[in-house]
Amino acid sequence: MSLRDIVGPMKRTPLYQAHLELDARMVGFSGWEMPLQYPTGINEEHLAVRQGVGVFDVSHMGELSITGPGAVEFLRFAALNDAGRLRPARAQYSMLPNDRGGLVDDVYIYRLGEGDFFMVCNAGGRDEVVRHLVRLATEYDCEVVDRSEEWALLALQGPGSAVLLERQASTDLTDLRKNGLRDLELFGRPVRLARTGYTGEDGFEIFMQASDVEAVWRGITGAGATPCGLGARDTLRLEAGYALFGSDLTAQTNPLCTPFKWVVKDKDFYGRERIWGAACARKLVGLKLNQRGVARHGYRLYQGQQEIGEISSGTISPVTREGIAMGWLERQFATPGQAISVEIRGQKVPATVVELPFIEG
Amino acid sequence: MTIPDDRRYNKSHEWAREEDGVVTVGITDYAQDQLGDVVFVELPATGKTVRAGDAVAVVESVKTASDIYAPVGGEVVGVNAALETRPELINEFPYGEGWLFRIRPGAGAKLSGLLDAAAYRSVTEEDS
Repeated sequence: MSLRDIVGPMKRTPLYQAHLELDARMVGFSGWEMPLQYPTGINEEHLAVRQGVGVFDVSHMGELSITGPGAVEFLRFAALNDAGRLRPARAQYSMLPNDRGGLVDDVYIYRLGEGDFFMVCNAGGRDEVVRHLVRLATEYDCEVVDRSEEWALLALQGPGSAVLLERQASTDLTDLRKNGLRDLELFGRPVRLARTGYTGEDGFEIFMQASDVEAVWRGITGAGATPCGLGARDTLRLEAGYALFGSDLTAQTNPLCTPFKWVVKDKDFYGRERIWGAACARKLVGLKLNQRGVARHGYRLYQGQQEIGEISSGTISPVTREGIAMGWLERQFATPGQAISVEIRGQKVPATVVELPFIEG
Repeated sequence: MTIPDDRRYNKSHEWAREEDGVVTVGITDYAQDQLGDVVFVELPATGKTVRAGDAVAVVESVKTASDIYAPVGGEVVGVNAALETRPELINEFPYGEGWLFRIRPGAGAKLSGLLDAAAYRSVTEEDS
């Protein structure tokens, strides 16, 4: 993750002051000034989510509404997963293809009603996603609107998430399944819960009006959730085998060459010929270092003296203490069990191709 | 931020403490706080000869990898093996159990070129 990706004046979420009060270390991320970590530290924040409950301010993410009679057909064309298979109050992971055999962004799509959808995209891709979708939507009977300024987003993640919400909202969440949506009142504010996340744990993403997020944040942290920053968000998502757009996935990535190829459904979609027809010279795989170390973005992969790929993101798992990574590897080596090496500061460190995820959620 | 006055400091945030002709080296409280959770340490081989200013070790946090420079030239006569399994000792006890390596200074090598606690404190204040 390029945490120092600072370009121009940085934007702040409505919780900026709340983060400072908690003594967060703020960093630039995709044009936003966000908490990297709180004084608790990345490892403890990570373990809080694996063992208890943590809360992240992810209000930097972009939110768009897609509404109108043609919304389903539009999303079936503009996104790789099939939004037509979504029932109301359900959500799915998806990706937006470009016309060059790659991706505009990876996204989550939520269906509220028949012609009523919304989408969450990455902070860094927001402006491009909006431009791209607005342009594509001119051919369809639907409207794409950027709602990012109106909405705030918190992610409550960890095995204790449901109990915390059930107590605070006096509700029963048993039948809110993974990828389900429900509107309810939380700390006196109307919120929309989605049982989704980016950590590999049970958890919820909580959408609300930007003006309500401070009350909900204070309520949730007051109820015992550990505030967590982008550092822990990155180590958690990597352990869980989720890709980060901008590191593991880029505008050049053919999704069929990744472990997320299940997203691509056989239907007509934008740029289909370039994605469907292409061969994968390299594939995205999971990697484990055979000894302790950190394989970072851009480190090269070898088979003997032959360069065969590159790390796209890596860390040390706070749970297993092993060096874990994702990387792009020439196709013939991209098989679990394959022995390779990672060049770390001039040394070739042995590593093994493994299945994702690194931990079971 | 603690800066004990029983040792000397490098502008690059290492500390060095001489005892019985051997210099113990670690990173400062300020440095560990800036790095965040340390997850991996690469230490020099014992017996290696180093010059002052050589990058001889690497401390990796979740965020970044940082070179550690030898504050004095000489022979590496010991490394802190405990860091292999407990790199977090650097965060917890930067001036004690979190030490990195020990150097026996070569002839004429001295710590006198390094900063005292007061001078190092002003370095950290300029930084922040």
